[in-house]
Amino acid sequence: MTNSAPASAPIIEAHGLVKRFGKVEALAGLDLVAEPGRVVAILGPNGAGKTTFVRSLATLVRPDEGGLRVAGFDALRRPDQVRRAIGLAGQFAAVEEAMTGRENLRMVARLFGHDRRGAARNAAAVLDQLGLTDAGDRLVRTYSGGMRRRLDLGASLVGAPRLLLLDEPTTGLDPRSRNELWEAIRSLVAAGTDVLLTTQYLDEADQLAQRVVIVDHGRVIADGTPGELKSRAGRDVVEVRATQGDDLAPLAQALAALGVEAPRVDTGTKRVTVPVVAGRAAIADAVRVVDGLGVEVDDIGLRRPTLDEVFLTLTGRSPEAADETDETDETDETSDGRDAVVAA
Amino acid sequence: MSTLTLAPAAGAPTVVAPARTAGPLATALAVAGRTTRRFVRTPQLLVVSTVTGAMFLLIFRYVFGGAIDTGPLPYVDFLVPGYVVTSVLFTGSNAASGVAEDMEAGITDRFRSLPVSRTALLAGRVAAESALLALGLAVTTALGLVVGFRPHGAVVESLAAFGLCVVFGFAFMWVFALLGLIAGNAQAAQGMALLVFPVSFVSSAMVPVDSMPGWMQPIAEHQPITVMTNAVRSLCLGDPALAGLSGSTAHWVGLSLAWTAGIVAVFAPLAVRRYRRT
Repeated sequence: MTNSAPASAPIIEAHGLVKRFGKVEALAGLDLVAEPGRVVAILGPNGAGKTTFVRSLATLVRPDEGGLRVAGFDALRRPDQVRRAIGLAGQFAAVEEAMTGRENLRMVARLFGHDRRGAARNAAAVLDQLGLTDAGDRLVRTYSGGMRRRLDLGASLVGAPRLLLLDEPTTGLDPRSRNELWEAIRSLVAAGTDVLLTTQYLDEADQLAQRVVIVDHGRVIADGTPGELKSRAGRDVVEVRATQGDDLAPLAQALAALGVEAPRVDTGTKRVTVPVVAGRAAIADAVRVVDGLGVEVDDIGLRRPTLDEVFLTLTGRSPEAADETDETDETDETSDGRDAVVAA
Repeated sequence: MSTLTLAPAAGAPTVVAPARTAGPLATALAVAGRTTRRFVRTPQLLVVSTVTGAMFLLIFRYVFGGAIDTGPLPYVDFLVPGYVVTSVLFTGSNAASGVAEDMEAGITDRFRSLPVSRTALLAGRVAAESALLALGLAVTTALGLVVGFRPHGAVVESLAAFGLCVVFGFAFMWVFALLGLIAGNAQAAQGMALLVFPVSFVSSAMVPVDSMPGWMQPIAEHQPITVMTNAVRSLCLGDPALAGLSGSTAHWVGLSLAWTAGIVAVFAPLAVRRYRRT
């Protein structure tokens, strides 16, 4: 990659990034080149290396090996230049509770380099943009979780960075707050800020990103538009929730005929899922099959594949299983038969 | 073209990039402003630390005091200088928790991702915590006066004693900043801060060192809190001999300042290195 034309030069260039924490290899040769003007979502389970990657981009972690350029600057040699180009919003609302929203933004604006007046002006603009003007002079202590996250996003914006780094921006938020945050991110993108975000949710990547990069064990294992990945990695899924646990086996057997892969049974939530090709037709068929079986069910639905399913298809194992290998001391709540594949 | 013209109403204010980066002083001031605001607006912090401080003072003054032999010197005049010195540690350990909380909450990450000097970020924090500590020491000193402490020496010497405590506080703040950075979360920081107890008590601050078991005396005698207490006590009493100390006031003050300089020289670079680390 050359930097001959700055306007179209990659905003991120990572080559063979390796980062070890003791014996754990958080990044194991991660490669990613991102062009400006597109939202990139890094998708992966816990422990995949998403956060380490974002922290490397934010100059908070120094990779052990590999090359990393952010906004055209070498992140290892010129971290100060990189910091002028980025805004970071981490997994938590990193705001001061004992200050008002406006005070928080002013403080960060000052640290970005604004003078007093510039800080006030930009804080006001960001409050306005995120719909926090009315709450701007209240202590953050009184804010809801969603408002705190929006303010946190705002804090990364007051310096008008070229590249916004969002590490799981909506984790732990209720659906409404999540939608509000998505709206806020979309309007930023519309205004020309480049965004890289990490997420555990396929639908979030789907909602926000033009490019999705799936990361596992510190490496990129798939890369493409959301549509490409879904068609490559997973199909629409018919999901039936049984009323009685005893009905799961017969349901799975009956639904197997509709699917392109064997149905999966989750005894914990009494659900049978089966990947299908023709979504609409399949749901009608599913209703007929369940009807014919004379079994009582709570719900029948058609949905897009989840990250679990995309992940399963790409790696041959579920993200929970991937977690286990990273955090061995965690008790495995899936061992009660979840994800058991029923022989068709 | 990626100029930031933000969607909504025409004429709405827009976010612009700053023309320059913040210098070390502006950085430290911004961080210090946050630390002081947080302190002032969290009355629980003030109340809890004042009440705890007062409680220990009252217990030593009125409960243990009668059993501690300080010769002809009234125990309250022995106790208060030492008590003010150790309150530097107790207040400082709260700062360690605060630093650790910031790590946990991602605030440290946010600050460190900004285009400012990381040294200035930490220095601003330490400076603000030290200023707040000075305030706390003034309250503790006032409590001491209320329970009957009277400086025997000149006013100037007493003021110098107070100033010395503030300087000690600044030095220990680097130790607590480092502790907080290493701990990484508030609980661990509080656990590490338990070290404050032996360091405070195995010293001349509350009881004369010669009342301790023989093996403990050399430790108690030479550790910094004892040296600092002896310096403050000598200044307050106007005469080291009143506190059963050999050596002049100048000797103790000099030695305590040497300790202070040593602590800053070791712990400030360690804390800064830890904070800058990527």
